[in-house]
Amino acid sequence: MRRRELLLGAAAALPIAARAATAKARVLVVGGGYGGATAAKYLRLFSGGSIEVTLIEPEAAFVSCPMSNLVLSGQWQMGDITRAYDQLTTQHGVQLVRDTVSAIDADKRQVRLTKGTTLAYDKLVLSPGIEMIWSEIEGLQAARGRVLQAWKAGEETAALRRQLEAMPDGGVFALAIPEAPYRCPPGPYERACLVADYFKKAKPRAKVLILDANEDVTSKGPLFKRVWAERYAGMVEYRPQNKCVAVDGDTIRFELADDVRADVLNVLPPMRAGAIAVSAGLANSNARWCGVNYQSFESSVARHIHVIGDAIQIVNAMPKSGHMANAQAKVAAAAIVAELSGQAPDPAPMLTNTCYSFVDAGRAVHVASVHEYVAAERIYKPVPGAGGLSATPNEMEARYAFNWARTIWSDVLA
Amino acid sequence: MRRFLALALMAALPALAQDDAAKALRTRALAANCAGCHGTEGRAPADSLVPGLAGMPVTHFIAQMKAFQSGARQGTLMPQLAKGFSEVQIVQLAQYFSAQRQGAAK
Repeated sequence: MRRRELLLGAAAALPIAARAATAKARVLVVGGGYGGATAAKYLRLFSGGSIEVTLIEPEAAFVSCPMSNLVLSGQWQMGDITRAYDQLTTQHGVQLVRDTVSAIDADKRQVRLTKGTTLAYDKLVLSPGIEMIWSEIEGLQAARGRVLQAWKAGEETAALRRQLEAMPDGGVFALAIPEAPYRCPPGPYERACLVADYFKKAKPRAKVLILDANEDVTSKGPLFKRVWAERYAGMVEYRPQNKCVAVDGDTIRFELADDVRADVLNVLPPMRAGAIAVSAGLANSNARWCGVNYQSFESSVARHIHVIGDAIQIVNAMPKSGHMANAQAKVAAAAIVAELSGQAPDPAPMLTNTCYSFVDAGRAVHVASVHEYVAAERIYKPVPGAGGLSATPNEMEARYAFNWARTIWSDVLA
Repeated sequence: MRRFLALALMAALPALAQDDAAKALRTRALAANCAGCHGTEGRAPADSLVPGLAGMPVTHFIAQMKAFQSGARQGTLMPQLAKGFSEVQIVQLAQYFSAQRQGAAK
């Protein structure tokens, strides 16, 4: 009964052309990361399979950014952070298209794929992640392949691990962090810890230099600083207000601070919404991030296009994290199913975020938060009194972090 | 008159069903906040350190959430997350999870 109503409701909401082509509403999801893959699965779950869902993703498998710093320390291999997409199809009936969207026609409700196909949609979910703004750091684009980012987990993660392995004992690993907001606020600091953990075992005279454009550590600050001062004393050095402006050979140049020479350079430039969001004109906030109606994550400039994950403009401590993208995907999926069924959207959606960072091979810390949609202001706000940090790095939370990864990958993909 | 009532009732039924469907969807979406750590629809992977919530009795779920909120039950992040949910939401979550089929996530 419910499914039939949903179908009828959906049919009523469809444009005539789409209705003639198919009895079911069709949602295209662009990008198979934490946001997009979750959206695809939950659109099927929440609609009882009555919405046709196609996930468009160029990569053959899901590679997780969270946990990828464990590959840099040598504790994990690439296979440990890689998961297949096939259960989205076999368990949930999501259609997978291995391609990239080259253009979006919001008026015709069509996307064009790189291989030439055109696909029509009733609703589009865009979860394009981030792209690097190369032009913000002179010489960085020309240095690609040599100066790595490894900020999208994949081949660069493995390549950066090889650079760290090849680095001589006594060498310097320099990690430059852009001004916030960027993907994964605590990620660079976790990386510094785990690279130092590897150096302690394999290259005890090596150094980790953190060159942060921000005024201070942007996430879990006191926890990371204590670990650097205690466990990694003499190995990790943190320099705030070091805004990188150029890369020249093995030298990093800054707006104000002195040049730094390093053996392995890991320079993260400022970031913005993934390329397709920018080229489609959806990155309407400082030409970097996509403004959305937070109740449904529908773009504030294009009807029927919902943008989720790291690509969106954020307010009030909504971190650009994989867990947050997973949570946003569910709110967007529910809003789309509601609209296609002729229901009013949820007046008070909620988001939660859980983020673990390793400080060494066996200890981790967390930050957690709960966010409620405040209709009067049309934004999410952290629920007062909720959320918080670990008191101290601990072994139990390292085990919870491994458990978190396994569980959320299952929630995203299986 | 009776016939008119019957007609009015029939006309109202789809709206009521629609209302129920909307409420059910909102509860599912609320409960999906727990899925990142407790598994989709409350079914955690086999051998998970974090318990599944599917099939948990209503009273037990509510008691645990209240214990996390009050500090009576210690934990790492659950005491912090539990404080983010209202009494009404906790009851909705408890009812939802108690009705879910138990089992292990894939």
